[in-house]
Amino acid sequence: MSAVIEYAPLLWQGLLTTILVTVLSGALCLVVAFAAGLARLSGHRFLRWPAGVFIEVFRGTSLLVQMFWLFFALPFFGIQLHPLTAAVLALGLNEGAYAAEVVRGAIASRAKGQTEACIALGMEPALRLRRIIIPQSIPAMLPPFGNVMVDLLKNTSLVSLVTVADLTFRAQMIRSTTGQTTAIFLTILVMYFVLSCLLTLLTGWLERRFALDRKALAAQRKESRLMKVGAA
Amino acid sequence: MIWDNDFAISVLPLLLEGLWVTVQITLLGTLLAAVLGLVFAVLRRLAIPVLSPVVSFFVVFVRGTPLLVQAYCAFFVLPAYGISFDALATGVVVIGVNYSAYMAEVYRSGIQGVPKGQWEAATALSLPGARTWGRIILPQAVRTVVPMLGNYLIQMFKDSAVLSAITVVELMATAQAIGSSNFRYLEPLTLAALLFLAISYPASRLVNRLERRYAPQH
Repeated sequence: MSAVIEYAPLLWQGLLTTILVTVLSGALCLVVAFAAGLARLSGHRFLRWPAGVFIEVFRGTSLLVQMFWLFFALPFFGIQLHPLTAAVLALGLNEGAYAAEVVRGAIASRAKGQTEACIALGMEPALRLRRIIIPQSIPAMLPPFGNVMVDLLKNTSLVSLVTVADLTFRAQMIRSTTGQTTAIFLTILVMYFVLSCLLTLLTGWLERRFALDRKALAAQRKESRLMKVGAA
Repeated sequence: MIWDNDFAISVLPLLLEGLWVTVQITLLGTLLAAVLGLVFAVLRRLAIPVLSPVVSFFVVFVRGTPLLVQAYCAFFVLPAYGISFDALATGVVVIGVNYSAYMAEVYRSGIQGVPKGQWEAATALSLPGARTWGRIILPQAVRTVVPMLGNYLIQMFKDSAVLSAITVVELMATAQAIGSSNFRYLEPLTLAALLFLAISYPASRLVNRLERRYAPQH
């Protein structure tokens, strides 16, 4: 355990980097998700097709390959990315492709009557999307978005392989200098676990906050609680 | 010319060998995950004191931590206690255990989806517990679970690239080794990406079809 205490500042810095990477790529992921997800639903072929190809390519290949490609193969085209940039870009695009399917699914499965009502009221397509369709789809998107974000957090550990000094990278460093493998790795496992628990709590809170019908939700919770008591 | 076609063709056989290792890891890992996940799901459902909560926590913990760090743990920590396999076996076990935690959830929802009447009928016929599970509940639960298992299989196929970090020589590690020894990363990495896509895209189409076919009928 002594190595963990001695090297706590290094682990702390690693933790901050992990959080930074998560926040940056999480933001990119959201932008990509809405851009690609909406383009996938567009009536224009020139929007729908590229978005479809993007989603399938980024979901069909592994994240590590994408990250290495951005970091090692892109220089052959004369573009040398900073490790952090390559890492954030790969994470954001990869998880964004998964989240784009969430956006698409949530919007596609919404009640048709809402769109028809908008058209009847003479709303412009852009206004319709912004004021009616997207806000109504948010509650359906939140639970799967939560899963994507937890995945993203866990996948940030891969950035250590392109030399970004995150938690995993620091742990490897400390392991090779002290040899106290067990203590170090157990510590960072717990740290990652706490982070993903916090993220789960946050999305749970957002889900309650943005629930379409909070009263119904409360009733549902009460019922499930009663059922649990009944089962026990 | 940025893309060197002759070089790309010359490294393709090596990459295909790596792909074969990746496929083996995926199949063995899925097998392990499918069995272990079922064991976890049943143990949780049986509500055995101490054991079931421990299994539940283990499942949640594995789902909340990165595969890479789990792989490092197995690769660096276990040998310190005298348990060591070769890298490939370690990789299969790590990815199998990791996915078993996800599959346990899938099985759980499958078991929950079996109508209550089935349990009651089994009780009414006074079937012993093992037969209730083996002949009544699990066959119905697994049916709804099949397409989800397919999705995880594809996911595992892509995730197995992470195991290159613990020196498992699969597709990703092969591409990386070719890249660093020839100072050309573009061709091997692009080909590796295309090989991943060439398998996972048709596979996900197939799973989508299975999904429709195995849709629950009650």
